[in-house]
Amino acid sequence: MVQIIVQLSKIIMIFLLGLYTLECFSSMRRKDPVIRNQIIARQRVFMYMLHFMGYMVMFSVQEDIRYIVFYGIQVLVFSIFLSLYDLFYEKASALVVNNMVILLMIGMLILTRLSFDKAIRQFAFMVGGMVMCTLVPFVIHKMTFLSKLTWVFGLGGIGALAVVLVYATVSYGAKLSISLGPVSIQPSEFVKITYVLFVAGMLYKDTSFKQVVITTVMAAIHVLVLVASRDLGSALIYFIAYMVITYVATKDIRYLLLILTGGALAAVGGYFVFSHVRVRVLAWRNPFAPGVIANEGCQVAQSLFAIGTGGWLGLGIFQGLPKSIPVVEQDFVFSAISEEMGLIFALCLLLVCICCFMMFLNIAMQMKNQYYKLVALGLGCVYGFQVFLTVGGVTKFIPSTGVTLPLVSSGGSSLVSTVMIFSIIEGLYILREEEGERIERKGKKRRRKEEKEISEK
Amino acid sequence: MNVKERNVEEKKKKKSQKSNKEFVVVTYFFLALFLCLIGYIVSFQVLEAETVINNPYNKRQTIFANSIIRGKILSSDRKALAKSVVNETTQKEKRIYPYANMFAHAIGYSTNGTTGVESIANFNLLRTHSFIGNQLMNMLKQKKNRGDTVVTTFSYQLQNTAYQALGGYDGAVVALDPKTGKILCMVSKPDFDPNKVATNYKAIIGNEDTDSNNSVLFNRATQGSYTPGSTFKIFTTLEYLNEHGSFADYNYQCTGTKTENGISIHCFGGEVHGSLDLPHMFAESCNCGYANMGLSLDIKKFNNLTKKLLFDRNLPIDYPYTKSKFSLTENSSKAAIMMGSFGQDKITVSPMHLAMVAGAISNKGILMKPYVVDHVENDAKTVVTSMKPKKYKQLISTDTARVMRRLMRATVDYGTATALKSSAYRAAGKTGSAQVSDSSDDTHSWFVGYAKHKGKSLAIAVIVEKQGNGSRFAVPIAKKVFDAYFDK
Repeated sequence: MVQIIVQLSKIIMIFLLGLYTLECFSSMRRKDPVIRNQIIARQRVFMYMLHFMGYMVMFSVQEDIRYIVFYGIQVLVFSIFLSLYDLFYEKASALVVNNMVILLMIGMLILTRLSFDKAIRQFAFMVGGMVMCTLVPFVIHKMTFLSKLTWVFGLGGIGALAVVLVYATVSYGAKLSISLGPVSIQPSEFVKITYVLFVAGMLYKDTSFKQVVITTVMAAIHVLVLVASRDLGSALIYFIAYMVITYVATKDIRYLLLILTGGALAAVGGYFVFSHVRVRVLAWRNPFAPGVIANEGCQVAQSLFAIGTGGWLGLGIFQGLPKSIPVVEQDFVFSAISEEMGLIFALCLLLVCICCFMMFLNIAMQMKNQYYKLVALGLGCVYGFQVFLTVGGVTKFIPSTGVTLPLVSSGGSSLVSTVMIFSIIEGLYILREEEGERIERKGKKRRRKEEKEISEK
Repeated sequence: MNVKERNVEEKKKKKSQKSNKEFVVVTYFFLALFLCLIGYIVSFQVLEAETVINNPYNKRQTIFANSIIRGKILSSDRKALAKSVVNETTQKEKRIYPYANMFAHAIGYSTNGTTGVESIANFNLLRTHSFIGNQLMNMLKQKKNRGDTVVTTFSYQLQNTAYQALGGYDGAVVALDPKTGKILCMVSKPDFDPNKVATNYKAIIGNEDTDSNNSVLFNRATQGSYTPGSTFKIFTTLEYLNEHGSFADYNYQCTGTKTENGISIHCFGGEVHGSLDLPHMFAESCNCGYANMGLSLDIKKFNNLTKKLLFDRNLPIDYPYTKSKFSLTENSSKAAIMMGSFGQDKITVSPMHLAMVAGAISNKGILMKPYVVDHVENDAKTVVTSMKPKKYKQLISTDTARVMRRLMRATVDYGTATALKSSAYRAAGKTGSAQVSDSSDDTHSWFVGYAKHKGKSLAIAVIVEKQGNGSRFAVPIAKKVFDAYFDK
């Protein structure tokens, strides 16, 4: 009986997420607010059902009442969050909020499956993140002086990263986090944001060669400190964000080509200078080779076993062995999802992430204020590229760089910083909507004036 | 005024389009990345996943074992080589190998780890593609599903022939179809009864302290590491052809002994071959002639050639194997070069490797990737996946292969393997009597070659341990296998 529940719900969950994903993409084409609202409402139904199915399966397999209690609390929190958001931010993009919530829901599901204790920790961070998420757009609205803090962000960011390099504890060969009492913080997750604010602040007004050079030097220091603390994934993300912002700000393709060439040379250099880069490449080229599979290639090989064995439909929740992948809750959560919920489900999840990225860029594109435009663009690329790195890494498309899947993976810093990115972009979206309205109102006034003039004549 | 306004508007539009050009570039760049990623993941799942997950490091097989009765393994002539029966009362599963020792190494066992086909196709055996209605019924009744059936390329008839022919000797016989790479038989002795692995593993592996040579689990066909002896003359000849193109003007005067730097080489059995062209020198296996030829070769090139022919390289096979080793380098002494030229010195090979090379020679120089799983079918005999023959590499040029075939036929026509003359097929090959080591007089008896008839062909390697002359022991075994194969 339990088997039937597990296997049937597996199919239903794939359908639910599939429908949600379809709605995601269809809503991007529709401009009509009524239809949009219907889509948003349907999406909410799908995600609550999905969340329910997941916890029901876990309860029926484990027969542990804690799953029900945990589920109840989560539903409460998600509902409060969504209604607060609807209430406070009429102008917010409900689609972005929906996407954030469904990613959080899937994250909670898979973490509860992998480790109940870690899921509870994650839940605490999530609640904190949500509180912040309801405040940030308001703050963005009021804080018009952000662009004046550019150098504070730049120097502060480097400072924070340098502290990690010197004091951090080493985990899985990389220096990532500083312990502060019971919690350990991973500053590179937060510096991501200040870094984007810095680069955008430097280039939004002045794109002279001198200014670009100064920005490049600062960006390079960020990246080098990260490489030195062996946080290769973050280093790459920072690099891409810098490249994209510089290209869009200067509108000069030569900068793009120059930076790309420089980056490629640096990557080749890094390969020869740092042994940990070579290890990643070795594990990527053939993780199954004898001698590699039990050591360097272990994670990637086990991840491919998980994805391959799970197949298109997955083995069902609690039916696989996702824990055979080392650090599965963090960097390899995509493989765990794919193994138990199916590759179709995992690909839909990836599509939802891509949809987020496209919306971010769309919001950036439509901003009038160049500073905010660059900020939204930079944060969007940070998010998009991180998704690409983690999914590409666990599927052996590219060497694994050890970054988390934003909002889904376990890890407080990653969760909170991603929620922050979503909120900032949400705040910018609200700003834009209001801007639009103001312009419209002005336009109307002008037109009325003209009409008056004409009639007077 | 209207025109002016329109102009301004158009300019504005252009400006906003222009300012967003970079955004379009960035968006499409990222979308292209994601598209490639999704395409890659889908192609991985469709094309590679089945092979990738079938790996002993994938611990998920235990999950399947809980809900699936391990599938059957069949020979190409549909004899059950391994099957599982479920005890009605205890619901316990038992694995049965109807032909016991005969397929011990080829099929292997699935308790105490997995070996042979049981390991190679482990995941196929533990998964079911049974009709979905059946699966649902079984799920409702809480019964296990039947795993898929794996149909191998092994021919029962050929395996039986080779097994009986090798008789009580230690050694190995491996034969494959050079045109497809299908492995048709694989015998290794001493052997064991895989039915007893589950209950009596200790008795099979023997007491390691007193009985260190009792390596029955060892698959000599692929893991054996033997001195090739005269069969290596195939490679020396290939290097000669590599350097000279043809052998038209080759001649050697054999006096039964060749002395260089105070080291003397003798022909096998003290024979004196007299004046020899290359076909005769190859067919009659003249050691002195090959020692002489070896001294004339460019050892660096020779070394490269052996690498191309998979010495010191990985073999494209699914069984565990030992790499063949070529020992000569530019720094080797003249004595070592002379010895190495007819397969002594420290050169070692596996029988499988030699059979693959013989197969490539018979197949225009092309080595097909050897394989044992022909196809996988569900319990209703519907094919689930089917293996296609794959070209591995062009080992030698078509022309060189043709010359080599001529020399190998000479061995059967008037050389050391005349016993293989038959009206049913045309055989070719090379015999060998390999001295086991410098300190002992024991010799291994070798035959490596192929036979063809009307588009059908078979490549074979036979080794009989410590029995001496290749023509006397290995050739008759090859003959029995050829007879069985072409007689059908």
